[in-house]
Amino acid sequence: MIKGLQIEARQSYAFVARNFNLVKRYWGWEVVWLAYSIANALSVTFIGAGAGVITGQTDINTNFLITYLLIGTLVWHFLSGIFNVISEMIAWERWEGTIEYTLMAPTRRYTQIFGQAAFAVVYILLFTATIGLVVSSFFDLDFSDADLPGAVIILLAGSLSFVGIGVVASILPLLYPERGAQMTNIVQALFLLVSGVYYPVSVLPEWLQTVSKISPATYVLAGMRAALLPGTSDQSLMSYVWPLLLMGVVMLPLGIYLFQRAERYTKRTGKLKRNG
Amino acid sequence: MSTKIDQVSTSKRTTSTHLRIAPGEPALVVDRVYKRFNVASEPWWRRVLPLGRAQNGTEAPANGNGHAPKARRGKELVTAVNDVSFTVERREIFGVLGPNGSGKSTLIRLLSTLLVPDDGHIRVFGFDVVKDEMQVKRLINRVSVEAAFFKKLSPRENLLYGARLYGVSGKEADRKAREILKRLGLKESSYTAPMEDMSRGMQQKVAIARAFLTQPVLLLLDEPTTGLDPRSKLEVQSFVNELRDVHDATILITTHDMNEADALCDRIAILDDGKIVALDTPENLKKLVGRNGHEPTLEDVFMELTGKELVEKDDVEDYQPEKILAG
Ligand SMILES: Nc1ncnc2c1ncn2[C@@H]1O[C@H](COP(=O)(O)OP(=O)(O)O)[C@@H](O)[C@H]1O
Ligand SMILES: [Mg+2]
Repeated sequence: MIKGLQIEARQSYAFVARNFNLVKRYWGWEVVWLAYSIANALSVTFIGAGAGVITGQTDINTNFLITYLLIGTLVWHFLSGIFNVISEMIAWERWEGTIEYTLMAPTRRYTQIFGQAAFAVVYILLFTATIGLVVSSFFDLDFSDADLPGAVIILLAGSLSFVGIGVVASILPLLYPERGAQMTNIVQALFLLVSGVYYPVSVLPEWLQTVSKISPATYVLAGMRAALLPGTSDQSLMSYVWPLLLMGVVMLPLGIYLFQRAERYTKRTGKLKRNG
Repeated sequence: MSTKIDQVSTSKRTTSTHLRIAPGEPALVVDRVYKRFNVASEPWWRRVLPLGRAQNGTEAPANGNGHAPKARRGKELVTAVNDVSFTVERREIFGVLGPNGSGKSTLIRLLSTLLVPDDGHIRVFGFDVVKDEMQVKRLINRVSVEAAFFKKLSPRENLLYGARLYGVSGKEADRKAREILKRLGLKESSYTAPMEDMSRGMQQKVAIARAFLTQPVLLLLDEPTTGLDPRSKLEVQSFVNELRDVHDATILITTHDMNEADALCDRIAILDDGKIVALDTPENLKKLVGRNGHEPTLEDVFMELTGKELVEKDDVEDYQPEKILAG
């Protein structure tokens, strides 16, 4: 029992260590991506700073707007980062050519996904925090009233469902060796559109608002704003956490189940690899 | 034999790979196995012109588990493994010899749980590759013709990853990997440098180390020496012998090099278009053909049995390091 757990922990850790090694070896790309992300986050938040000039109105609370947009861009970076790390799990190994060796090992899928998710949360959190620190240094923002522990709880609950969605999306490159990776980007774009990253969901057309209700990102963003921008919400934080936990509890096992089905399918049809 | 390697063998079976194996079970039983693939049809001009390789058999198979694929529109069924049966005893080095496209890799993938047979059964030490997938995975490992590593990662990083997936601790894997790679003649400094800078022969040695680290009782080697220079080839072959002699491994090796099969294997199955056309010891196989003024070779045997050349002209020059690294 203990021995079994120890082995599973090692197997999960295999993915954590491997991914950090990849980050280390591809550090040039990481630097580029960090610089790009910072520039991107800054250009979004400067929209807030420029709101008065853009509209000609003087009574705009620009700091509020900047914080609103900053939360949007950081949360989106975090969630889409988690989604990418998980959903590219297969595509990346296909590209490296190691996929058969990983799937051939006596490692259970949930052990693999646990390792991949642990890496994703730690790494993307560090990455996002760096962006946040750099961007906030450009502005004079006040987070003294913010509910930071609440924000962390929301983020973690949100990660759970995004890991689940990522697992479902990772199936696409398994089933469609050529176009699968492109499809996962479409899924991501849809989340960006409906979840209220840079605007309240209420400005969307009715039908998109309906779609937004099934996106966990909607609850993460609303919850984060409630935690970090006091006075913007009269709902308790828990009202954002529950839907997230619920979606996570459904999506994660569902994702792993679908993954196993897809893996079986590729083994029947020979879609995994045919050379060699 | 170096004492270093002996230590590896004494610390054997300390990891998760140990499983209760029923005594007397053969290492591998392959029983009437079929595998077919749906592939894009050949263009009509290719079919009309009498070029290219022999037509692959597409005759209707005995349907077993209902998973047998049907040809879809614009596709045709290729029977990659066609009613294959054989048994490999423990500590045997069993060769599968066949030209490119004869189904060797497909067979290896079926044994290593990467493909599910359409029909028939495969048992590894009594465990069924489909029903007892996890147990089988613990007992086997595979070396493929392309090295299949994270190119930017070092052998150390790649090997630790591979070993941890099998529940071996990083520390133990590191120690053993150093021993094995030293035994195989890898430079100390290469151990921590990116794999992409290595020669194909070196990469293949790391690939063998990766398989060996998990202490498989059945080792599947898919053309492990294809594209290696003659010296690396011999080194790999002697290590294969050592794995059996010192570490009690059972080895199934595919090759299209008849000298290698002759030198290494206790028994050889000759595969052609997915079918086994002969199975025996190298000596007995050679007795099948009369001598035409020289000692018969396995090449002659293959010609005699199939009417084809074993190695086609364009297969000979398959040493393409960049391609192989790119997977
Ligand atoms: N995953 C796959 N999908 C479709 N066809 C395949 C696949 N794998 C192998 N084949 C086909 O099956 C036949 C046997 O291939 P393979 O087992 O790779 O032969 P070998 O390893 O002896 O060269 C070939 O005709 C090949 O094109
Ligand atoms: Mg092959």
